[in-house]
Amino acid sequence: MTFAPESFRDNVSQALKDQQLRQNIKGATDYFAANRQRTVAADEHFEQLREQGRLIKQRCLAKLPELLEQLEHKLTANGIKVHWAQTTEQANETIAQLLAQHGATRAVKGKSMVSEETELNDHLNARGVETLETDMGEYIVQLEHERPSHILAPAIHKNKVEVAQIFDKHIEGLGYTEDVDALILAARHVMRDKFKQADVGITGVNFAVAQTGTLCLVENEGNGRMCSTVPDLHIAITGIEKVVESLSDIPPLLSLLTRSATGQVLSTYFNMISHPRKSGEKDGPKAVHLVLLDNGRSDAFGDEAFRQTLQCIRCSACMNHCPVYRRVGGHAYGTVYPGPIGQILTPHMQGLDKTQDLPTASTLCGSCAEVCPVKIPIPQLLLRLRMFAQMPDKDEKPVVAGQGAGRKSAEAFIWWLWRYFHQSGRRYRLLTYMLTKMRWALPRVIKPWTDSRELPTVAKMTLHQRVKQRQRQQGAKR
Amino acid sequence: MLAAFICRKLNSMSSLPLRLYPAKPSKVYLYGTCLIDSLYPDSGIAAIELLESQGIEVIFEQAQSCCGQPPYNSGYAHQAAKVAEAQVALFPLPIPIVVLSGSCAGMIRHHYPELLIDHALGAFCERVFELSEFLYHVLNIQLKDKGAPERIALHTSCAARREMHSHISCQKLLQQLTNVTLVEHQDANECCGFGGTFALKHGDISAAMVQDKTHNLLSVKVDRYVSADWGCMANINGALAKQQAPLEGMHIASYLWQRMGGEKS
Repeated sequence: MTFAPESFRDNVSQALKDQQLRQNIKGATDYFAANRQRTVAADEHFEQLREQGRLIKQRCLAKLPELLEQLEHKLTANGIKVHWAQTTEQANETIAQLLAQHGATRAVKGKSMVSEETELNDHLNARGVETLETDMGEYIVQLEHERPSHILAPAIHKNKVEVAQIFDKHIEGLGYTEDVDALILAARHVMRDKFKQADVGITGVNFAVAQTGTLCLVENEGNGRMCSTVPDLHIAITGIEKVVESLSDIPPLLSLLTRSATGQVLSTYFNMISHPRKSGEKDGPKAVHLVLLDNGRSDAFGDEAFRQTLQCIRCSACMNHCPVYRRVGGHAYGTVYPGPIGQILTPHMQGLDKTQDLPTASTLCGSCAEVCPVKIPIPQLLLRLRMFAQMPDKDEKPVVAGQGAGRKSAEAFIWWLWRYFHQSGRRYRLLTYMLTKMRWALPRVIKPWTDSRELPTVAKMTLHQRVKQRQRQQGAKR
Repeated sequence: MLAAFICRKLNSMSSLPLRLYPAKPSKVYLYGTCLIDSLYPDSGIAAIELLESQGIEVIFEQAQSCCGQPPYNSGYAHQAAKVAEAQVALFPLPIPIVVLSGSCAGMIRHHYPELLIDHALGAFCERVFELSEFLYHVLNIQLKDKGAPERIALHTSCAARREMHSHISCQKLLQQLTNVTLVEHQDANECCGFGGTFALKHGDISAAMVQDKTHNLLSVKVDRYVSADWGCMANINGALAKQQAPLEGMHIASYLWQRMGGEKS
């Protein structure tokens, strides 16, 4: 599959034919969804919690510029250096320079989707820096030179047997085993040595607290804590939308995140990073840096409706519940963020010209919005993107880059014609009358509908006609 | 006004949808939907017979066409808005508007306010009910089952479930039928893959979804399945027919009317 949203259609047809892939993804997303359901059902206040989460994120976004300034100020005061990056290239360049300054050549990484967004590993490898992904799923996809297919479980597309084969191929001395504990232990042995040798740890950030200058990191495997405490240098990278106002905003968001993601009441690890090692302290990194990435986020921020996209706390519940994601998997989207959240986020990063198949690849069934912990109205935002995709680009500064790229004059004409016949009752009745008269002359094959379905047939009389006829008959009876 | 405010307030606090239902009216508007009009008019006639059997006068406006969902969902909101405006003008009396589809009811009730600027629209949208919702919550209908014993499954459209919450009223109505066993199929809350123009723009994904839906419906070995949405049923029935599978869906209006012993319309 090609890593580009322009290849969505080709990727989809490839993915749909891969029965093993479909089975793996269905099994894993069913598992996540069932776990979430169990936890949510046991919590009678979960709906209030979602509402609280929405309000927190919307409040923080409403004062995003101020909070970002406050965050920089506080972090700097705490001894954490802040770097701003408008583009992915700037983010990569900043990190590469930091590594060069510290003479760092061996990096261990905690899972960070923002670093996937910047393709940081490729950039660093090209500069001679060795990078090791230490999240188990991310490690698996790195061994195979693949990309994550899910934002929480990067290797969700692989089953146990496939992982056993990969480890057998890549980890010396392990031998083939399907024993999950043995597989994890083997990977941990590999990683333990790398943690000791590494001179830089790179992680993401789940929440950045402006008032206190605290970076919060949520994880289950302990690798994030290793990355952020063992090497002398810790670099965190995240998107500008991750800032929250105060520490009291964290408990509701953390509860929502873990419950929605895996059904856990709390993650195994929750790290709060507030400063580098102080004199007299025995461990911790000697220097901590934060890279804050924009990459299209400020464009989404500029539109009141699209701003809601930035409420996302990256729990992945939307993809676990999406009937499209559940059938095609994450790689098909050709984007870093797959599934419903990726469909509304990526157009702001790459423009609607490259991503025009993403907003249409949804039945608007609403199961994503139903489970979203911060109540992002994903179907409405998909609709809004569809609207901008076909809008003639007349404005000097477009709301979404590449708007109007999906406009097809034939389609525009069909909807114009449709409106003409449906706006007036008389014209509509004429149209449907003609359809009933021509019912045998209508096409019997409409691709791709008839590839897997029969077409319905037009009735002999419309409901309008039947109602009229019925009224005449009843009038005659009386 | 106050009632609507309290309703919204309570809604934001509870996961259960809350709606204040009016007392039983003497007459209603019927919104037939464009699919039923041209393809499945039997369901429209059944709904009229059913409502009339409950002593309700049914007004069918001859100028009604379509709720505007097809262009709206395709990104052509400005074209949808013109048609929506024409529909709103057809129903001036302060009586309920009963819609024969969950997704069209959802479109009118929840999305017209996004399309139209009309200060009276709030009250208009409050009058919109999906048929099963109206029968169960407003009429408090008591169904007398005169049919032979059978097993059925219920397919609820996504809009019915998530916008109108009428999957509950559909279930309640079908459970009133003493000779009918309602069977739950796997992934019942998952979309059938119709999605309007989605089925044409992303035909292969849509086909994969309807394959799974028909598989799950066939697996529970029911005599038929029932739904309140012909959009989904055009998709599911079409796929079942293509597979030459021995199962067919029936609109809830036709089904209830048939079970009550109504003449086949």
